Amino acid sequence: MQKQTVVVRFCGDSGDGMQLTGNMFSSLSAILGNEISTLPDFPAEIRAPQGTLGGVSGFQVCLGNGVYTPGDKADVIVAMNAAALKVCTLGSKFNVAGARYDETESMYKKNAVVIVDTDSFTAKDLEKALYKTDNPFTELGIPETVQIVPVALTQMTKESLKDSGLDNKAVLKSRNMFALGVVCWLFARPIDKAIHFLEGKFAKKPALIAPNVKVLTDGYNYGNNTALNINTITVEKAEDLAHGTYTSIAGNKATAWGLIAAAHKCGKRLFLGSYPITPATDIMHELAARKDMGVMVVQAEDEIAGVCTAIGASFAGDLACTSTSGPGLSLKSEAVGLAVMAELPLVVIDVQRGGPSTGLPTKTEQTDLMQAVYGRNGECPAVVIAASTSANCFQYAYEACKIALENMTPVILMTDTYLANGTGLWQLPKLAELPEIKVQGVPQELKGHYNAALRDERSVRYWAVPGMEGFEHRNIGLERDSKTGAISTNPENHERMVKARQAKVDQVADRIPLLTVQGNTKSDTLLIGWGSTEGHLHAAANELNCALAHFNYINPLPKNTADIIKQYKKVVVCELNNGQFATLLRSKVTGVDFKQYNEIMGQPFAVERIVEHVKSL
Amino acid sequence: MEAAQFKSDQYVRFCPGCGDHAICAALQKAMAEIGVETYNTVVISGIGCSSRMPHYLNTYGFNTIHGRGGAIATGVKTSHPELTVWQMSGDGDCLAIGGNHFIHEIRRNVDLNICLFNNRIYGLTKGQYSPTSPKGFQSKSSPFGTVERPFIPAELVMGARGTFFARTLDVDMPNTVECLKQAQQHKGASVVECLVNCVIFNNGTHNWIADRETRAERTILLKHGEKMLFGANKDKGLALDYSKGVIPQLIVVAADDERVLTHDAHTEDPTLHRMLALMGQERFTDVNNADIEQTLPVALGVIRDVEAETYDQAVGQQIEKIRENSKVKTFDQLLGTLEQWEM
Repeated sequence: MQKQTVVVRFCGDSGDGMQLTGNMFSSLSAILGNEISTLPDFPAEIRAPQGTLGGVSGFQVCLGNGVYTPGDKADVIVAMNAAALKVCTLGSKFNVAGARYDETESMYKKNAVVIVDTDSFTAKDLEKALYKTDNPFTELGIPETVQIVPVALTQMTKESLKDSGLDNKAVLKSRNMFALGVVCWLFARPIDKAIHFLEGKFAKKPALIAPNVKVLTDGYNYGNNTALNINTITVEKAEDLAHGTYTSIAGNKATAWGLIAAAHKCGKRLFLGSYPITPATDIMHELAARKDMGVMVVQAEDEIAGVCTAIGASFAGDLACTSTSGPGLSLKSEAVGLAVMAELPLVVIDVQRGGPSTGLPTKTEQTDLMQAVYGRNGECPAVVIAASTSANCFQYAYEACKIALENMTPVILMTDTYLANGTGLWQLPKLAELPEIKVQGVPQELKGHYNAALRDERSVRYWAVPGMEGFEHRNIGLERDSKTGAISTNPENHERMVKARQAKVDQVADRIPLLTVQGNTKSDTLLIGWGSTEGHLHAAANELNCALAHFNYINPLPKNTADIIKQYKKVVVCELNNGQFATLLRSKVTGVDFKQYNEIMGQPFAVERIVEHVKSL
Repeated sequence: MEAAQFKSDQYVRFCPGCGDHAICAALQKAMAEIGVETYNTVVISGIGCSSRMPHYLNTYGFNTIHGRGGAIATGVKTSHPELTVWQMSGDGDCLAIGGNHFIHEIRRNVDLNICLFNNRIYGLTKGQYSPTSPKGFQSKSSPFGTVERPFIPAELVMGARGTFFARTLDVDMPNTVECLKQAQQHKGASVVECLVNCVIFNNGTHNWIADRETRAERTILLKHGEKMLFGANKDKGLALDYSKGVIPQLIVVAADDERVLTHDAHTEDPTLHRMLALMGQERFTDVNNADIEQTLPVALGVIRDVEAETYDQAVGQQIEKIRENSKVKTFDQLLGTLEQWEM
């Protein structure tokens, strides 16, 4: 069976290694020439009680040719236990008594292949997963069109490793490799490539290579030899990609590397002040490990200290960043205001999650937009930009640094759980080919006359840093005199300064790309999105044969924003919140009837729901 | 260098008679004697009367937001250890809103010189009690007296594993300059508690020890390596009395008593430093203690000054070491470490 794209979902207990398995399969597929888009979906608890519904961890990947999203629903499911089967089958209704398979709720299609570990369906397993009967398939109402493939994963893994010397616990942990072997066979992945990849993965734990290779191979051979009663699936290779060198990368890692690239490009040291917070912490992990790149990381005592140490490093002349999520951005607000007032370069990364308050820490949402644009006391403009794929987190992290250093302003970079944890193909750049960064400096003739209020013709403050003789000055969070830089409460001066800071942020619009339109530009209908929804909206626009304007620059907006929007009759702003970008656009672009499509379920969009809604308008 | 080099062009706006004037002058004098250039000196502050200090010092200065001076100073010093970094803060800025940053900069032992201006009151917000106001203290926000126990800054510093603590009075310029200089010489987080008078909202708060007539009897100036003697005629000394229970007590003895202690600021064990720093603090922790008979003097000078690795040095050295040993040095080389393929 040949397919353009296929969606595979691995699901099991939190301890079953589903994220690792899913990542390995995705990377392997990418190496073999597929485009990929992944969606890790795991609970907030580190280890919920084994075998329970709350402990189900999932990993979905779409692979093939023309991949824009991880897919709405899976073609192939690997369910490692009874709880996982239930959650996949019932979707958000998994907790509803008596719920049965329903095509709109289920995580897999009605003609999907569902591989289950039959050894994990004992009476005890069924009880833990709150089944009422001893026949889960009937109880869940799984339609006959779904092809159930029972595999005694646990037994065969034990058999495979009986001479390995591994203890029972370690043997059971290897079940995921048997499953991976079966899936590799199903998708006709050459086993030698998989083994090679596995060896690379376990390079630092050589003792684990042999047993894992054995289980993987046995899983593969099981599929091959017993000729499981299913057809193997071949997936089309990517065709439209630019020729080049690729890797697969998660958004948080791409973000971290974008910051490093910017620091190396402009010759400044990268400083990160941060505090652990889901889902942003991997950025700190990655940068803390990159001391070979000269990166300095301070794990601060709290979110406020995270941004404040960064502001200190910026004052002293570093490329300074802080990484956080929504609750942390709230805590940092006052300090971001200080950086606005002191006109210091600062990159603030907000990996958005479900809110408000602690909200849904491991789920995705776009609900911090207003907080990023307006969430500070006073007239407090900062630049706000957003990445739109896991891979382009690199590009926009780099861009955030460039804008901050060239315009002496805090830049808030928005990503989210979906981009942060998901992976996509990334064409490797070369440092020399990345855009130049012209760090704002100070003219030598100001030596002896410098103060922190002096700015250039673009309204950008000159930047002198400690250690420069003759440029000693006092910077402040208080209002300053526009000429002398000293504390000032003069009414006209305050208004002048408010406008100067606004003008500085506004002129960034002269330095960013114009908005472009994707899809059928001749259509009457324009979808609008921003940030992580680009893939889903692109796919929806294709299906609807309409146009899409997707925003990476939020504040300031691209200069041609109004011109483009006004060309369309029906304008639908689609976002994973209650309409924040739509509200912002209404305040900036008048005379347009902005319609909205919003989902706030902690999940990425489903393309089919967007299509259905837009058609109904 | 001359103190005048460290004076900025700004008119000093502390209230007439405020203790901060004296500390400002002492800072300018100490900085000149230390001799670090104005352009290699950074003064960070938060918010409050004392946090206006950077404006009056001709160095690189940053008057930031309330309570966060410690975190911002940590960022400056850690990223640029070659700079001399001072932090100006008050009992509200440092011990209330900025308490978390204060204990962590001390715990990490960031090489900062922290001037903690303690006037036991919020001045800039016009007279509320602070974390160092004695229990029962009446203020605008405690018209019937506070019901909460105050901090003793020295105890907090040592509880956070502090390596340097000194105490000085605004009216004692020579000791203030000396404490500031030693704070700069000490590698690590140096806290100098400057007992300053708030002439408007808490006038005379330190009078019991600041008064010129009685100061010699009620305070002791500790100097490393010197005997712990005090009194106008240096006729009294401090000794440890082991006779009352398990824990030895500090007592006052005659100057020629062989038990008189010699001050060792460099002892790593903070037990005695803590005991010395807590002497005479009863009066300042509860308004009802104003009349108790107090024999132990309040300790001034450098009470604790021990060596320990500084955070800023350790962070920098770890990066240098890893960079030296790494084969991957450029960003393009880093990209080369990724699993990659042609498409």
